[in-house]
Amino acid sequence: MIYLQLFLSYLKIGFFGFGGGYAMLSLIQQEVVVSRGWITAAQFTDIVAISQMTPGPIAINSATYIGYEVAGIWGSIIATTAVCVPCFVVMLSLAKFYLRVRGNRYMEGAMNGMKPVLVGMITAAALLLMFPGDSDSASFIDVWSWVIFGVCLMLNILKVNPILIIVLSAIVGVAIYA
Amino acid sequence: MRDLFEIFATFFRIGVFTFGGGFAMIPLIQDAIIKRKRWIDEDTFTELLIIAQSSPGPIAINTAVFVGYKRRGTAGAFAAALGTIIPSLVIILIIAIYFATIRQNVYIDSAFKGMRPAVVALIVGPILSLSRNIATINIIIALIVGLAIWYWGFSPVWVLIAGAAVGLAITAINSRKAKN
Repeated sequence: MIYLQLFLSYLKIGFFGFGGGYAMLSLIQQEVVVSRGWITAAQFTDIVAISQMTPGPIAINSATYIGYEVAGIWGSIIATTAVCVPCFVVMLSLAKFYLRVRGNRYMEGAMNGMKPVLVGMITAAALLLMFPGDSDSASFIDVWSWVIFGVCLMLNILKVNPILIIVLSAIVGVAIYA
Repeated sequence: MRDLFEIFATFFRIGVFTFGGGFAMIPLIQDAIIKRKRWIDEDTFTELLIIAQSSPGPIAINTAVFVGYKRRGTAGAFAAALGTIIPSLVIILIIAIYFATIRQNVYIDSAFKGMRPAVVALIVGPILSLSRNIATINIIIALIVGLAIWYWGFSPVWVLIAGAAVGLAITAINSRKAKN
């Protein structure tokens, strides 16, 4: 039952999706590339690239795109709904009771414990994109890839707009490979 | 009903323009919700950001749900969430439908060959800037976690639960010490 699988996978991604888009990447990757095998690592990188250039959170974008790839339009609607359900429920309860939760020592403790893990999850996402299991999916295919990587990293540290960085890299890609 | 539609339309407009993830939408929300609509004040917004970051899910959705709820209860939260989601759902669906037919085009393929290392750079950049602000022990933990997931194939979910458990344990030990 592909619809149910999509729903459960994205429910899980939504429920454990702490720390924003990049930390969620390794969660999504683990679920849809490694454990379910719905898409390849290369396709995943392409989706991340598309997400950078289109509006909306990466979790939503990936749910919509992968849902469509796996099971058509209904698949994309089901996956997108599933990824939103946990945060809708949690946020609604927090909005109702937030004065009681705010500043709670244990909640802060749990968050402090998760912080280094979230940085580690972003690291894992980067490593998986750099060195995927199958060589067909490699993000780095030649020396030009490393040049693009180095320049983009510098631009990113200099706080150049990410959309501009992606667009420039696409133009460079056409100039080199087409 | 008009209220709900106004909430939906406001977040729809924000949803169309939130390129580049959750944090990029914060100035847009501030402008629309605090300055123009006056639905919540600056202090509530700061608290909201802290809550939105400590609950799961995209910050954009969390923020929308909170503001929608404050304005019109559960129905308002629903309208706000729907408004934020629909623009990206429609845009990505259109891309997904047509992408397969153009993916093999030599120019598109070359563009993606250029974009892939750029995507990796955009993920490595924040790791470097995050590492500057955290203690050495946490950098080591982050590295081990990264290896555990990437190389040893640990599930991120369990590593995250373990992190939260350690954080809770430290808090419990510290508060017991404080009592004695």
